[in-house]
Amino acid sequence: MAETMVAAPRQPAEGAPVLSVRDLSVEFDTRDGIRPVVQNVSLDVYAGRTLAVLGESGSGKSVTARSVMGLIDPPGRITGGQVQFGGRDLVTVSAEERRLVSGEQIAIVFQDALSALNPVFTVGEQIAELLRTRRGLNRRAAAAGAVELMARVRIPAAKQRAKEYPHQFSGGMRQRAMIAMALALEPTVLIADEPTTALDVTVQAQIMDLLLDLQDETGMGMILITHDLGVVAETADTLAVMYAGRIVERGRVDDVFARPAHPYTRGLLHSIPRLDREDEALWAIPGSPPTVLSRVAGCAFANRCDVAIDLCTTSRPDLTQVLPAGRASACHRHEEVLHGRV
Amino acid sequence: MAASEPVLSVEDLTRHFTGRRAVLPGRPAPAVRAVDGVSFQLHAGETLGIVGESGCGKSTLARMIVGLETPTSGVVRFRGTDVHAVRGRQARELRRRVQIVLQDPYTSLNPRRTVRELLRQPFEIHRDLLPRKQQEARIAELVELVGLDPDHLDRYPFQFSGGQRQRIGIARALALSPDVIVCDEPVSALDVSIQAQVVNLFQRLQRELGLAYVFIAHDLSVVRHISDRVGVMYLGKLAELGSRRDVYDSPRHPYTSALLSAVPMPDPQLRGRRSRRLLEGDPPSPVDPPSGCRFRTRCWKATDECATVEPLLAGDDRHRQAFACHHPMPAQTA
Repeated sequence: MAETMVAAPRQPAEGAPVLSVRDLSVEFDTRDGIRPVVQNVSLDVYAGRTLAVLGESGSGKSVTARSVMGLIDPPGRITGGQVQFGGRDLVTVSAEERRLVSGEQIAIVFQDALSALNPVFTVGEQIAELLRTRRGLNRRAAAAGAVELMARVRIPAAKQRAKEYPHQFSGGMRQRAMIAMALALEPTVLIADEPTTALDVTVQAQIMDLLLDLQDETGMGMILITHDLGVVAETADTLAVMYAGRIVERGRVDDVFARPAHPYTRGLLHSIPRLDREDEALWAIPGSPPTVLSRVAGCAFANRCDVAIDLCTTSRPDLTQVLPAGRASACHRHEEVLHGRV
Repeated sequence: MAASEPVLSVEDLTRHFTGRRAVLPGRPAPAVRAVDGVSFQLHAGETLGIVGESGCGKSTLARMIVGLETPTSGVVRFRGTDVHAVRGRQARELRRRVQIVLQDPYTSLNPRRTVRELLRQPFEIHRDLLPRKQQEARIAELVELVGLDPDHLDRYPFQFSGGQRQRIGIARALALSPDVIVCDEPVSALDVSIQAQVVNLFQRLQRELGLAYVFIAHDLSVVRHISDRVGVMYLGKLAELGSRRDVYDSPRHPYTSALLSAVPMPDPQLRGRRSRRLLEGDPPSPVDPPSGCRFRTRCWKATDECATVEPLLAGDDRHRQAFACHHPMPAQTA
């Protein structure tokens, strides 16, 4: 029951990214025709650093994550762009090569650990199987390795718990087991898709603390998919805000929180109540996030935006650089928003 | 506030769920002690927030208050009358005065009924309340009140977004002009940008209609924002109860303190500057709660006394803040 410090911010990453998504577009066939779900998304992930992808339901954040993992199946398909990893473009490599990369060098942890674990095998067996098939360990070494990994993700009494089935694990322990499986192959990049959304707040704190420590130990790059601004502020280094399938703002976390350059980011930051103060009324963004089925000509946020002008409904703003250090915003009025003039 | 008679009074409320069979022959079937001796009062126009993690009994508490669940023991009084003891016409009248809003209006609204039908239903159950001719006008008024488009009255629930569906749920709860609304996780299923809309709606309705809320949620920031007083539940019991400022700024129960420190703050400037107490493990099972203080198995201050003597919810005179702990956190003087 340790008293710990919320992790201090890290130095900006140096060197080349370990994973780069360039102009990724994904569409889905629906009953109402082909719909773009992700459009022209570009992301950079650096070793030892966390990129948060923040968005609401339908923003395309999870589809983006799944595209990187190669988990887009019909009726969805990647229609453009690249996923650069280890000198290859994962979008165009052979299925065999892809299989070696995703799962081994890029791992993913999902929100719902119960449905990701096999109910008829013990947790230890499932981790051990991974070590046997992918790392070529023998049975005995794999079993020992599984226990070791479970201890590493701080599952108490790991040796006993390895013999238990997923249903005997609590939500937090199941998520630890999932993280152990993701770590088993020492991935270069870990994608955490809403890893703590289903968990209680005290357990969420344990899991985020664990992920940060593991990242410091292994130097893995992390993509954190989330809707929680608090989790972003405390764990991520850089941030991409998604809205209606596109990135609308990007930059360093402290920078974006201090001076948002897109009215959607600004609205989100203003609309959350704070634990440490009492506000009279909350700022509320009017309307609802668009569904994938509604497509507009101009900016997708224009109909909810408090500073929209005529131009916004006719012309879609591109994501453009607004400041150094990778600060970008897709807003016709980004200058004014950034400097608080509107 | 405290001088007036409470609109709702919950006294030593308990709900045990008993399994059908004993695990071992000859032993009694294990009981899940979902709610185990909870007491509080709610005054007119006031919001009492109830926070706690999953399995702490907060939803069972909500269901007992509105009469969807029968207590094993204890009393729920609405303006002095035992809600669970009355029958017939009087029971219907009491049900009308205490309504509930649930987390997911998609599963609580009949998908085959239009909004108009859904809003008319309360008047079909309480037939003597409003003449048929006035019902349409009342429905229009309700729709206006919660900010729904009157042109959408003949649509079905699936045609609305999550936030709009929650507005339908709220309109339905308001239909019979209740005094108290129990809100069970009313914004947790909503997108961040929609939560603020619904929270603001709850606050406006309270101002305009003088409603009292029991606002149950796991989001501590939302609860601080909307509540006058806050109760913190752990494993079926209240660990702490007090004004929102006292509970949030000077938590006395170690659980409250740990819970608050676990909440991630949307402020990167606090990184490296805010300390946090990480609790170990998960809450124990309510089937076999720890002896004495239920929090002792995760508490860093626990002593032998905590295992043998159960701490009772006792107040601090100066602060009117009650907590159930043998070794409370020091009061913060700010």
